[in-house]
Amino acid sequence: MLKIREIDVYYGAIHALKNLSLEVAEGSIVTLIGANGAGKTTTLKSISGILRPSSGSILFKGQELLKMAPEKIVALGISQVPEGRRVFQEMSVLENLEMGAYLRSDKKGIQEDMENVFSRFPRLKERRKQSAGTLSGGEQQMLAIGRALMARPQLLLMDEPSMGLAPLLVVEIFNIIKDINSRGTTILLVEQNANMALSIADQAYVIETGEIVLQGSAKELMQSEEVKKAYLGG
Amino acid sequence: MLEFLQQMINGLSLGAIYALIALGYTMVYGIIKLINFAHGDIMMVGAYVGFFSITLLGTDIVVAMLAAMIFCAILGVIMEKVAYRPLRNSTRIAALITAIGLSLFLEYITVVILGPTQKVFPASAFPVKAYNIAGLSILNKQVFVFVSAVLLMVILQYIIKRTKTGKAMRAVSLDREAAVLMGISVDRTISITFAIGSALAAAAGVMIGVYYQTINPLMGIIPGLKAFVAAVLGGIGLVPGAMVGGFVMGLLETLVMGYGNSLYRDAVAFGVLIIILLIRPTGLFGKNTGEKV
Repeated sequence: MLKIREIDVYYGAIHALKNLSLEVAEGSIVTLIGANGAGKTTTLKSISGILRPSSGSILFKGQELLKMAPEKIVALGISQVPEGRRVFQEMSVLENLEMGAYLRSDKKGIQEDMENVFSRFPRLKERRKQSAGTLSGGEQQMLAIGRALMARPQLLLMDEPSMGLAPLLVVEIFNIIKDINSRGTTILLVEQNANMALSIADQAYVIETGEIVLQGSAKELMQSEEVKKAYLGG
Repeated sequence: MLEFLQQMINGLSLGAIYALIALGYTMVYGIIKLINFAHGDIMMVGAYVGFFSITLLGTDIVVAMLAAMIFCAILGVIMEKVAYRPLRNSTRIAALITAIGLSLFLEYITVVILGPTQKVFPASAFPVKAYNIAGLSILNKQVFVFVSAVLLMVILQYIIKRTKTGKAMRAVSLDREAAVLMGISVDRTISITFAIGSALAAAAGVMIGVYYQTINPLMGIIPGLKAFVAAVLGGIGLVPGAMVGGFVMGLLETLVMGYGNSLYRDAVAFGVLIIILLIRPTGLFGKNTGEKV
């Protein structure tokens, strides 16, 4: 579904992504794990068109995304749950969800998806009139996920959804990710919490200073000595 | 007491004009963090478009106002595209200097084309009548200015709060990158913001024409600066703040003229700016968030 081929991204003189290649098969959960500053967020921003790789190619269902405007990429079916949630703090929960459906005009479908989000996250329904800034961290994460789902994405990019959440909530978030995937949405998950990410993913990539250093099935990587030592605290 | 109420009535129409101009300042600031110093001059262009609509095309005042709003909406969009967009990723001071340049450009291109002398809004376009209500004198032009300004503000609130476009404007001003991830076109949203802000300024320009009868190429400077003070007073970037700030500035000005010395009115307006910046730099409604780490 998504094929990234040898992209390079520079921040000024800093070479942030080096010849990075990565593939996401339709229907799967693929995780990209690595330390802070390794280039995980940069990879997702490149897919969403917020950053522009200087070379390489990013194909989504055969279409080149490299020079496409970010709104076109969303329209193709790629949504992102950004790092740090980035909900619109001074807008209501309802308005945040409406923004997620910004490019859609099928009122009925939007209403349906809104109901789906509310049945998945009942607490958001209770607080739909409240401004997003008043929600707790976990609720904001749920809102960020719900907002991305409102675009009815085929591919969902998730940037550190477990960041800053209590352990119990982390488990809940990962269950939600599995559930979203089981209903047909392909997921590319970026995580520092390698343990959890590998436990739900099909395929995995390990990134270090802008380069993919390891890849394979999630099961293989969980057994790998290098991964255990560096990321699984073993 | 009667004298005071009379001053308040005079102040309300002036305040409504300042509020309309202040809204454009604050909306543009909210979305691209730029003080658009050419905004007062857009108001001046609007006044001229209204003037020519009445004198050359023979339209009534309402059509003249609509014509001015459409013309200036387009002018605002072009200005943003040509002058500000190329600088979007450069320093804020570069954009600010460009805004000052653009302001001077609009003023003096008008002088070149239409001459430096003032033009008189034809009295026939708006025959002035005075009503006496409980000892207070109310002019029909005051009612016209106040009612149309409030109507425009209500429409603006509706757009911002209820429409998809308005919500997108808020989303872009709250978090541009997150807005991009929703599929919102930032360029388009910024263009719409300039269009709306400029249209409101144009309406204010026609109102000033009706209210003071004379217009000239430099008429945008002082009201523009006062509206800027109004926007800062309410909290720059906050739409309700601009409305309240505009009315406060208008009332203050008429009170100074009524009870003090009309020569001091500008000094008082800018004195207010200095006092806010000293005591409450975020304005009346601004949250003092400090630096977020």
